[in-house]
Amino acid sequence: MIEVSDVRKSFGKLEVLKGINLTVKKGEVLSMIGGSGSGKSTMLMCINGLEPIQSGRIVVDGIDVHAKSTDLNHLRKRIGIVFQQWNAFPHLTVLENVMLAPRKVLKKNRQEAEQIAVRHLKHVGLGEKLKVFPSRLSGGQQQRMAIARALAMSPDYMLFDEVTSALDPQLVGEVLDTMRMLSKEGMTMIVVTHEMRFAREVSDRVAYFHQGKIHEIGSPEQIFGSPNQPETANFLKSVHGA
Amino acid sequence: MFKYSFQWRPVLQALPEMLWGAVVTMQIALIAMAIGIVVGVAIALGRRSANGIVRSLSTGWVEIARNTPALLQIYMVYFGLGTLGVRVDSFYALLAGIAFNNAGYLAETFRGGFAGVPETQFRASRSLGMSAFQTMGYIILPQMFRLVFHAMTNQMVWSILMTSLGVVVGLTTDLTGVVQQLNVRTFRTFEYFLVAACLYFLIAKVVTVAARILAWRLFRY
Repeated sequence: MIEVSDVRKSFGKLEVLKGINLTVKKGEVLSMIGGSGSGKSTMLMCINGLEPIQSGRIVVDGIDVHAKSTDLNHLRKRIGIVFQQWNAFPHLTVLENVMLAPRKVLKKNRQEAEQIAVRHLKHVGLGEKLKVFPSRLSGGQQQRMAIARALAMSPDYMLFDEVTSALDPQLVGEVLDTMRMLSKEGMTMIVVTHEMRFAREVSDRVAYFHQGKIHEIGSPEQIFGSPNQPETANFLKSVHGA
Repeated sequence: MFKYSFQWRPVLQALPEMLWGAVVTMQIALIAMAIGIVVGVAIALGRRSANGIVRSLSTGWVEIARNTPALLQIYMVYFGLGTLGVRVDSFYALLAGIAFNNAGYLAETFRGGFAGVPETQFRASRSLGMSAFQTMGYIILPQMFRLVFHAMTNQMVWSILMTSLGVVVGLTTDLTGVVQQLNVRTFRTFEYFLVAACLYFLIAKVVTVAARILAWRLFRY
């Protein structure tokens, strides 16, 4: 379970998170939607400690992420994250990209790590691309590789930060399909996305971020069908219009 | 007016001796390069350190290494330490001088290289649970070295050529030192130094080509 309580976060003088409260249960898929600069991506970075917070608490399975005593490397084994820019390691083959962390962090031997990597790469449909360097892959393939790389650590949680925003439109589908598959398998996921159809279809709950706060949170039917807040309705209208 | 007659036979006879000198030259250049790379990386990182003292020391090293003659840097190690009562063998004085110079130049090269590796690579690696140290070793450094590989090859060649400065601190075993000794014995100055220059040229070329092959093997992406 991920418990976020009254989290505040600033970049210099700019406060981007103004008191966030949120609970994500095991097996749940939560989508975060909202305009750019509303704080949703920053929230993700704070959950696995890539960004520090100024006040409040984020607790993952009883571990306080931002406590001084917390071993972040240890915690991050259990929280996978995939970024908007897929961040393939360009000097490693697809297989090596996925094998690296299981070997160096989970201390698996080469054989085990390779088995794990191959399994996850096949799972995301890249079984034919093992020996290829990322530069030879399309954006969609690189993003699926990034998903496999995160999954290879057998995380309990997966965070997705606008993972389709930098993709060509015709490549978005294959990445969303991969995520759909994960949600069906029961993975706990927090998904920052602009893909409203996807959010509506896959999520258990949807949170609308507005000006550093969760302005409204509820079931996809409620948020998309009958939003309580005028800002939510306005936002959805503007996105649908686009 | 042109009384000098070339005598090549003694030079050819001395060739094996000169080749041994070339081996010593390579030895010094390679060790100095290895030290330069390790220290250079440390300095490049030191210049981004949060600690002000580390930052100034690193910057100071780069400034001195790049803005003073290599000759004087070698003098400093040999005579400077000598004045303080530390007797340094000329081989090690030369080695230290060149390593100092290499580290300064390479640090600056590496700084550019590090800037060329996207910050997001660091994030992606840390997000997989890899430590800062692992991230540096497996993700950042390999990419950085690729970016600066050709600049490093240049420094390696420069490092080889710098070894000829060993003669000023009395080194007699490297290529220039050997030739200098032969010259004193025979006064066949031009012939010896011409052959020595050719040998330096050859070594430098071989190193450049070897580096190119290495790069081709190493950087397949």
